[in-house]
Amino acid sequence: MTQLNMVQAINLALREEMARDDRVVLLGEDVGKDGGVFRITEGLFEQFGPDRVIDTPLSESAIVGAAVGMAAYGLRPVAEIQFMGFIYPAVDQLFAHAARIRTRSRGRFAAPLVVRTPYGGGIKAPELHEESTEAFFCHMPGIKVVVPSGPYSAKGLLLAAIRDPDPVLFLEPTRLYRMVKEEVPEGEYTIPLGRARIARPGSAVTVVAWGSMLQRTLKAVEGYDAEVIDPQTLSPFDGETLLTSVEKTGRLVIVHEAPRTCGLGAEIAATVAEEAILHLRGPVLRVAGPDVPVPLAKLVDHYLPSPERIQAALDEVLRY
Amino acid sequence: MPESTLATFSVKRLEIIDQNGNADEALLPSLSGDELRRLYYLLLLTRTFDGRALALQREGRIGTYPSVLGQEAAQVGSAFAIAREEWVFPAFREMGALFTLGYPIHQLFQYWGGDERGLRTPDGMNIFPICVSVGTHLPHAAGAALAARTRGDRTAVVAYFGDGATSKGDFHEAFNLAGVFRLPVVFICQNNQWAISIPLAAQTASPTLAQKALAYGFDGIQVDGNDVLAVYRATREALEKARSGGGPTFIECLTYRMADHTTADDASRYRPPEEVAAWRERDPLLRFERFLARRGLWNEEYAAELKGKAEGEIDEAVRRFEAVPPPEPGGMFDFVGAELSSRQRRQREEVTTF
Repeated sequence: MTQLNMVQAINLALREEMARDDRVVLLGEDVGKDGGVFRITEGLFEQFGPDRVIDTPLSESAIVGAAVGMAAYGLRPVAEIQFMGFIYPAVDQLFAHAARIRTRSRGRFAAPLVVRTPYGGGIKAPELHEESTEAFFCHMPGIKVVVPSGPYSAKGLLLAAIRDPDPVLFLEPTRLYRMVKEEVPEGEYTIPLGRARIARPGSAVTVVAWGSMLQRTLKAVEGYDAEVIDPQTLSPFDGETLLTSVEKTGRLVIVHEAPRTCGLGAEIAATVAEEAILHLRGPVLRVAGPDVPVPLAKLVDHYLPSPERIQAALDEVLRY
Repeated sequence: MPESTLATFSVKRLEIIDQNGNADEALLPSLSGDELRRLYYLLLLTRTFDGRALALQREGRIGTYPSVLGQEAAQVGSAFAIAREEWVFPAFREMGALFTLGYPIHQLFQYWGGDERGLRTPDGMNIFPICVSVGTHLPHAAGAALAARTRGDRTAVVAYFGDGATSKGDFHEAFNLAGVFRLPVVFICQNNQWAISIPLAAQTASPTLAQKALAYGFDGIQVDGNDVLAVYRATREALEKARSGGGPTFIECLTYRMADHTTADDASRYRPPEEVAAWRERDPLLRFERFLARRGLWNEEYAAELKGKAEGEIDEAVRRFEAVPPPEPGGMFDFVGAELSSRQRRQREEVTTF
């Protein structure tokens, strides 16, 4: 077993899957010779050549649009968008085409593609480099949204995403790229999409958190009898794991760094309100980013949910 | 240091048959009499379909419909050159191209009648569904061409679009990708000169659309889009070039949308009637009839016979379209994903129960 960080785990997943399946091709800006701005694709160009690791012009819409055509033709493209804030020009391709082609063609064509992109705040990067707008994509039927919260899940989820017959947006928490190391086995293992994991068992309160907020939440709940759920796939959301936990604990706190309004936390809270409200002992609380564009480095720590804010929410809900 | 000229460019235009049906013999593509008559039948079939679709819309039997009147030659001429297994990415006004490629006519009525099942391309044909969002399918064509090349297939990809699409970012991103990678793709623009109410001069400051390809490093040619043989010849050459590794081509078919943008539009609000009348003189069917007549392949009697045949084929398509039972409500879930999520399964249940 090897201790890997998330960058190495994702690189390993891509390398193994490209070796296993010659339909898998990578495309994006700087993914080839440069190995990607975060070095995620390092060494893959040398190993698989320019037909499988394609450096494209600076064209987000063309990258995702071309991936739609490549996928329909029979390849398994894995497109990289350099930062989540740069995905917006390609949203038209994701929403109007990737998400709909199976429906529009009544199953004749599909778009088994993956769009990988770094996301999330706290890396002292310029504007648009720290976005967390996963909820936009979760609202769109036809796309899966996956967020790993550590190196082990990054590899297993990415392999599952590449093998998924439909489009997957794979969000890589930038702050975690090199923050933690975990045992990541070489070779075959996948983590099924659409299934949450209990990151830490507990019985007094359920806390849902993903991406880099999961790591922060796990630290914040030390000393509390909290059950922490890592959804892993945000869409489709694993409601069963959530409801089972809330029925046990009777309390729910949701932590996400995305803006509060219409964030995924709202959907999770609504699900519990519809299906488990009689199990609740107190209000469902959200610890979220405020409804502002992600600020630059000097203020970002005031934007991101802090351990203190997470603990304040736990204390609040545990009063009931 | 004196100024110098780094590059100069020119744009070719191709026309083979003039308005009186005289042909430039040196440019005539080698097509047999039967093939020429087949082309004529497809032009006639497209016009017959179009007239019927407009009538069905007025009777409320199909929904909003975009007429292809006046653009038959650009569609039939180009599609006649495409091999059956090749990949085609149509926009939404390519009914004539689709029939020519063998797409079932009744399915087009079905689609415009509001039944998505009409978009299921028959197996063995690689025609993407009609794209209503303008120009966004051009990157798909580039992607399919990239995939074909990655796979080592000697196949070509064709994308259809209109003049309005040339203002969209995806046009430029797809052209750039095609140029950089020398992709086996043929871009066919039916420049019908009006994007709803916006005329070409308000769409672009370029004197031709064809020249836009030059900025991306490949050939652009303008053809007389009402000359079915010119369109056929240009497309065939571009496809041969693409299949043999010569890279992309952009063909601008200069034509005219004789009808309203769709049945929900009234072009008389923005378009001078003299302009429409002038283009009526350049009717692509009339021109081809004159050409065929000069070669002894056409007369009134033959035309009447073919017209009857086309009417019969369209009658049959309408009958088939209207005989299809309406889709079940649960059908909206059938292809959202390879598998439904547990939520979608429950929602399907709700939709089908209420």
